[in-house]
Amino acid sequence: MSNAKLPTFIAVGAFAVLAGCSAPSESGGVNDPYESVNRATHAANKGADRIFFRPAGKAYGTAVPAPVRASLSNAASNLDGPRTVANDILQGNIEDAGHNLSRFLVNSTLGVFGLFDPAGSSFGLEARPTGFADTMAVWGVREGAYLELPLFGPSTERDAFGKVVDVLTNPINSWEDGTEIAAATALPSVLDSRYTYGESLDSILYDSADSYAQLRLYYLESRRFRLTGQGSAENAYDPYENLYEDVYEGIYE
Amino acid sequence: MSDTHISRRTVLAGGAALFLLAVLPRQVFALTEGQARSLIDQAVAEINAVINSGRSEGAMYGEFEKIFRRYADVPTIARTALGPPARSASAGQMQAFTGAFAGYMARKYGKRFRDFVGTQIQVTGARTVKSFQEVQAVAKMKGQAPFAISFMVSDRSGSDKFFDLLIEGISLLKSERAEIGAMLDRRGGNIDALIQDVQRAG
Repeated sequence: MSNAKLPTFIAVGAFAVLAGCSAPSESGGVNDPYESVNRATHAANKGADRIFFRPAGKAYGTAVPAPVRASLSNAASNLDGPRTVANDILQGNIEDAGHNLSRFLVNSTLGVFGLFDPAGSSFGLEARPTGFADTMAVWGVREGAYLELPLFGPSTERDAFGKVVDVLTNPINSWEDGTEIAAATALPSVLDSRYTYGESLDSILYDSADSYAQLRLYYLESRRFRLTGQGSAENAYDPYENLYEDVYEGIYE
Repeated sequence: MSDTHISRRTVLAGGAALFLLAVLPRQVFALTEGQARSLIDQAVAEINAVINSGRSEGAMYGEFEKIFRRYADVPTIARTALGPPARSASAGQMQAFTGAFAGYMARKYGKRFRDFVGTQIQVTGARTVKSFQEVQAVAKMKGQAPFAISFMVSDRSGSDKFFDLLIEGISLLKSERAEIGAMLDRRGGNIDALIQDVQRAG
C-alpha cells in the first residue's frame, strides 16, 4: 500500500465508525427493516441467476478445464493481496499481514502473476481472505440492517459499505490498467463459484419454500460465525427452555 | 479472523471463567462433556461409514434416517421447526408430522452429504454451553478448506441426543424453523396439507 492511500483509509474508516453508531443493534437475530425492498431485489437476482449466472456458470464449468478455471480464480484473488495485507494491518493483525504478504509475494513470482498457488500448496500459506467489512467489525462497527444487493446478493449495511471501500481503495487501481485487470478477472471467478457451489446454491434458491429467508439466515449466520469463530453455540436456540415459547416471533415474520 | 484479537479475547474470557469458577458453586451437569463427545463420536463414525460405503442414493437416505432417529431428538426438532402451531396440533397430527419430518431431513441433508463422499468428519472437542453440550467437529474434504460442524447435545429428552447441528455457524434448527414456517404459510396454516408437502419435500 502506498503512503498516499493511507489517509484515505483512515478518513473512510472514521466515517464508517460514525455511520455504525446510528445502526440499530443486533443480538443474534435478524434486523431487516428493508425487507420489502430486499424481497423485490431478491426476485430480480433470482431472475438474473436463472437467465444468466446459472447457465453461464454451468457452461463455463463444463467448457473450461478445472486447472484453467482454478488459475483464473487464483489470479483474481491474488490481485486482492495488497488490499488484504492493508486490512490485516488496520485490524492490528500483524501475523496475518505477514502471512498474506508472503503469500502475495510467492504467488506473484513463483506463481506467475498469481495464476498458480504455490504459497498454498507448497509453503503452507493458505488463503486468509479479509476485507474492510471485517476491519470495521474488528473496530466495533455493528453489522446494521440486512441488505440484498442487486447482482451482489446478500449483505448488510456494514458489509456493503466495506465492499465499496474495498473496491475504491484497492491498490491495484493505481496500477496502469489495474481497474481493467481487476474487472476482467472478476467474472470468471464469479462463474467458477456459481459452478462449484452449484448444487448447494440451487437447493437454497430453487428448492426452498422461502429462498429469501433461507439466504438471509445462511448469510447472517455464516458471516457472524466467520467473524467470531466458534462462539455461535452461545446464540444457539435451546428448544428445551423454549419448547412452548414463541421465540421466533419478531425474528421471522 | 484476527488471531491476536481472538487470543486476547480468549485470555480475557479465560480470566473471567476462572474468576467465576472460584466464586460460584460448581454447577452439576447431568450430561458430561465426555458423554456428549462419545455420543457424537459414535454418530460421526456411522455417518463416515455411510458416506464412504459407495451405496446407492436411496440406500444412503435410509441409513441417514436411521442415524438421525437414533442420535437426534427428532420429536423436539420437529416440534421446534413447526413452532407455535405445534401447540394447537393434535397428537395424531404431531406424530404424522414428526414421521414425515424425519424422512424429509434424511433426504434433504442426505443429498448434501452425498457431495461429501471421501470426506472424513472428525470430532475435535466438547464444551458446556449454557445447559447443553457443544461437540465440535471438522469435516475435511479433498481440495477444499475444512469446515466446522457443531452438534448441540442434551439429555433433557430423557436420553442423550443432539437437537441442533451448526455447519459453519448455520443452524439446522433455525433454518428448518424458517423453512417449515414458510411451507405452512403457503398452505394457509393447514397442518394436514403441510404434512403431505413435507412427505414429498427434500
